[in-house]
Amino acid sequence: MELHLIIFFMIFAAIVAVEAKDLLSSLIGLSAAGLGLSLAFLILKAPNLAITQLVVEILCVIILIHATINKDIPLVKDGRWLFNTIATFIFVGVFLFLAFLALRELPAFGAPLMNVSKDYLALGQAKTGADNLVAAITLNFRSYDALGEAAVIFAAVIGVLAISRKTGKIDE
Amino acid sequence: MSLYFMCLILFSVGLYSVVRKRNIIKIIIGIGIIEYSVNLFIILIGYRLQGRAPILAHDQAIENMVDPLTQAMALTTIVIGLALIFIAVTLAIRIYEKYGTFDITKIRRLKG
Repeated sequence: MELHLIIFFMIFAAIVAVEAKDLLSSLIGLSAAGLGLSLAFLILKAPNLAITQLVVEILCVIILIHATINKDIPLVKDGRWLFNTIATFIFVGVFLFLAFLALRELPAFGAPLMNVSKDYLALGQAKTGADNLVAAITLNFRSYDALGEAAVIFAAVIGVLAISRKTGKIDE
Repeated sequence: MSLYFMCLILFSVGLYSVVRKRNIIKIIIGIGIIEYSVNLFIILIGYRLQGRAPILAHDQAIENMVDPLTQAMALTTIVIGLALIFIAVTLAIRIYEKYGTFDITKIRRLKG
């Protein structure tokens, strides 16, 4: 029941973030949704993820505020506003319907398949020596996953540096 | 099932923002909301009723743990989402420096 309340709060905060007039309010709405996600992770028994989500959330909000401060622009409604909105709602409605059909194929909530992770839970501590089984999976059983994640972060840093470089081609 | 569907509604809010809004920052916010809903969906699939966190304790035997594999996967997804937001914000800042606006319909001119 409390999970329903938290997800409802997240949906409300997301709608505020999308529909708010000025950008600072929508950033506050986004961070409220992220805080709700962190609480949902705690209720779903994922404390590692809750901590990571909080840190990532703070970093995201800081860099988004850095991008938007003093740069607010008024949004205008142009002639095709109604058509665009109706087309978007039809698109989102079709997506929701198809996704709802796909949901029937999933296992029911509260009864996961756990074909692979049975063994991880049973043998994890004996094979890796880690009490935290999420850390055991990330750093031992599936450490290529962590390696790929580190590669993605380095690629992102290189991309940010290349995009934000001030000096372009130097004219002779 | 209702939790899955609420998660999908959250996804749709983000999708609406990405498709409909004209401000680049609103589009980035929509991408962030989509990331949140996908992470939540992954964790919801791995949850077990009356489950415990997958952390062992020395003085007691913990049974009925939730799925740790989905949590390890979502951990990767969160960090990659952060990298995605960083690159998108950097692009938005560069576009603002070059064109002076965040409106995607105003970014038409070719400038060398």
